Amino acid sequence: MGRKILTDKIVIPGINTFEVYKNNGGYAAATKALKQMTPSEVTEEVKKSGLRGRGGAGFPTGMKWSFLDRTTPGPRYLVCNADESEPGTFKDRYLIEKIPHLLVEGLIISSFALGAETTYVYVRGEFKTQIGILSKAIREAYENGFLGKNILGTSYNLDIYVHSGAGAYICGEETALLESLEGKRGNPRLKPPFPAVKGLYGRPTVVNNVETLAAVVPIINIGGDEYAKIGIGKSTGTKLISACGNINNPGVYEIELGLPVETFLNSPEYCGGVKGGKSLKAIVPGGSSVPILPANLILKTAAGENRLITYESLSDGGFVSGSMLGSGGFIVYDENQCIVRNTWNFTRFYHHESCGQCSPCREGTGWMEKVLHRLEHGEGRHKDIDLLVSVAKRIEGNTICPLGDAAAWPVAAAIRHFRHEFEYHVENPEIVKNHKHAPVPLKEMEKV
Amino acid sequence: MSQNIIPHHLFGKEGKEVRFSAETLEKVNKIISRYPEGQKKSALLPVLHIAQEELGGHLSVDVQDYVASLLGIQPIEVYEVATFYTQYYLEKVGKYVIEVCRTGPCAICGGEDITDYLSEKLNIKDGETTADGLFTLRTVECLGACGYAPVMQINTEFYEFLTKEKIDKAIEELRQKANLDKPKESKWVEKF
Amino acid sequence: MQVTIDNITIEVPEGTTILQAARMIGGDVVPPAMCYFSKLKGSGGKCRTCLVRVAKSSEKDPRPMPKLVASCSTPVQHGMVVENSTSQEVLDTRKSIVEFLLINHPLDCPVCDQAGECDLQNLSYEHGIEATRYEEGRREFPQIDIGENIKLHMNRCILCYRCVYAINQLTDGRVHGVLYRGDASEISTFIKNSVDNEFSGNVIDVCPVGALTDRTFRFKSRVWFLKPMDAHRDCPTCSGKTVLWMHGNEIYRVTSRKDQYAEVEEFICNECRFEKKDVNDWVVEGPRKIDKKSVISANHYEMLKKAAVINPVKKVIVKESEK
Repeated sequence: MGRKILTDKIVIPGINTFEVYKNNGGYAAATKALKQMTPSEVTEEVKKSGLRGRGGAGFPTGMKWSFLDRTTPGPRYLVCNADESEPGTFKDRYLIEKIPHLLVEGLIISSFALGAETTYVYVRGEFKTQIGILSKAIREAYENGFLGKNILGTSYNLDIYVHSGAGAYICGEETALLESLEGKRGNPRLKPPFPAVKGLYGRPTVVNNVETLAAVVPIINIGGDEYAKIGIGKSTGTKLISACGNINNPGVYEIELGLPVETFLNSPEYCGGVKGGKSLKAIVPGGSSVPILPANLILKTAAGENRLITYESLSDGGFVSGSMLGSGGFIVYDENQCIVRNTWNFTRFYHHESCGQCSPCREGTGWMEKVLHRLEHGEGRHKDIDLLVSVAKRIEGNTICPLGDAAAWPVAAAIRHFRHEFEYHVENPEIVKNHKHAPVPLKEMEKV
Repeated sequence: MSQNIIPHHLFGKEGKEVRFSAETLEKVNKIISRYPEGQKKSALLPVLHIAQEELGGHLSVDVQDYVASLLGIQPIEVYEVATFYTQYYLEKVGKYVIEVCRTGPCAICGGEDITDYLSEKLNIKDGETTADGLFTLRTVECLGACGYAPVMQINTEFYEFLTKEKIDKAIEELRQKANLDKPKESKWVEKF
Repeated sequence: MQVTIDNITIEVPEGTTILQAARMIGGDVVPPAMCYFSKLKGSGGKCRTCLVRVAKSSEKDPRPMPKLVASCSTPVQHGMVVENSTSQEVLDTRKSIVEFLLINHPLDCPVCDQAGECDLQNLSYEHGIEATRYEEGRREFPQIDIGENIKLHMNRCILCYRCVYAINQLTDGRVHGVLYRGDASEISTFIKNSVDNEFSGNVIDVCPVGALTDRTFRFKSRVWFLKPMDAHRDCPTCSGKTVLWMHGNEIYRVTSRKDQYAEVEEFICNECRFEKKDVNDWVVEGPRKIDKKSVISANHYEMLKKAAVINPVKKVIVKESEK
């Protein structure tokens, strides 16, 4: 059994209400931080904890906070990124829905640490129910003196507002999110300047993911050093993994970083194995943007070691034989799934979600989708496969924001590990043309 | 497959007078007050959501112009935003907008069959509205509910672990509901 | 502060971008720029043609930058070492960017009024590859009308956003913008409207391609058959300093004066541009020297056959409505 510090109380009936949350130790961390600690002491604990951004990039949170320009007079902002839209990821939605006060408490502590008196939570527009739940929790926090003026009798004031997005994956990118919050199109900004210097309304701003901010609560409760003892090496603490695809128990699981992928996949406590007794074909371990790995490379590294759910282990082998932890969206593919179809599907997603601002992404995502569509529908040629690799390479690293990389990596990885399937599609147009849902028999493809 | 002909066209003003009720206007002003002085434009996304819900189900040019006037911005600034985000409808839609997730995790759990089934059942294609004006079918990208795949969202409600039976039931219920003269839901404060 | 670009070191004021520093040096050191426009605040960073390699970030931090950076929007640090034409990676990437910019471009140079003074044409000539690898259908936008003096050809647009910045910064009351998103993004007015204001014609001069052209000059002549003359008039609205594009004594069109980077020196008003087509309206100063990089002045156009990408094999049919 792994230690749970975010979701341990989720089973308590009524934990979504202020009263039950508080009676079960809730808001103790906020009280401790505001009454007994200085903002820099809070930041110090977060630094000690080794907490890394849970939205996907894995950047150390304490370091991100320390970059915030605290010298320029005037307001500073904390913005919570709840624009969860990475395919395969649904943990923030779960957290907000089940235990909204944990996020509210995390927001209070973090805002205090950053000296922000106004904090916005940008929630993706589709999550209307969750917006309702969170808004109610915020209202309760106001009613109980945890928000508003002179919180808990201190001189600290804080307002938290929920802001609804309206359907755009790109707004999960922090500068696009800020543009969107300002009422504009979600076009990512050029960096530098970074939000820590010039963010929302041109003011110093920190943007953090829901899970990251929620994790600040246990860090203050147990202390940064204690938090850092959970996990392995630089992957400290616990992580919410969103498990989906062809498994017996899809859902959100809190794990201690360091859990072997194989245990997570097969243990009845977690995914419960591949559905229907089928064999495992591949896993995308960190949301659709990270490289897909075939069964052999996801369970063991190329060196034959157990692959663990940590930032380091999942990326072991680089992009040749590794992937990334990303946002923790764990998508499992059984033996019947068609990698070409899935790659086309993901590329269609990125094509649809590209903001269109910079040319490699705007033009490249559409180009890849068209070629993949042909391949998937039996109109591909052998040279298309190398063309895709080349186009992906030309997008990668050359765009304003990471969406370009996110679109390129899945294509490159799918071809790297499943080239035979792409070739099968080229060589058997009549078969693949008609396989709308039923995939091409795996065994057939492996013969190629 | 993405189309080569981009199906955009110029929109026309209907010249209808649109405005929020005094009650809604008060709520809109409350939303505006969440943002600092001089940053009224920040309220654009939430206000467009309210406008869409309360002023006819989609964002007609008249509605968008009205929102621009409320926020003191140029109409083009609203058009730029309304066309960027997929939750804003530029054309008239049905009373219930069925949005089926088409992205990977749903697709490998049978999401494509769900779309096909709905299309067949309602006798409409992706993007179309039934003749009775009740249902619009749209395929959308990831709804962030992959663990409950396949999923769809009808207006604000999520429907999870979809099967044909569940779809039949949902559609039937909505047909029944549409017949009742239901009072307008007004839970907007908590929704936007 | 000091910066070295392609082995040439120059002293620049703080806040200077790599591109500006390169322009101070001049010559081959200067990266091409399709969206950046020094006189339009906020422009740049989008087209990615000006990407360069930073081999050394600064004196203080000598590490190279991990990715290529947009030279137009990256400020110089003291001791920075930049590679533009000396880096194969930069040159290869630039080829890729040109390819991306061209895959959906209609390649209708034979019927495009911008041909001969088109930044995209020049860019493909200098940095493009021999043939495109793109075999899919090209996107097509329905034609829309944005007013009587300015013609919009969305299919040719590379979404540099310059026209949006120009209208925002030169006029009040912008009615056009970038709508929709991704590769369906479109310059449009959304409703039937005209981009009409006494400075609106400047969108034609800032447009790097043939997406926004002068209707009063439409299909009148190829630019290389015209003689550009510097001229001025006493204009109550603008500086009145223009270039007249003449054939004999006839003025075919009026534009602003552009520098060697195809940037407008001074924005001009619509009256000068569209309404003063009589030579008696102007004081003609003398022939305009067009920079050597221009396709017109170097007779490049005749040599363009080399670059297959801008010499479409397909016959271009001019629609009846466009004639």
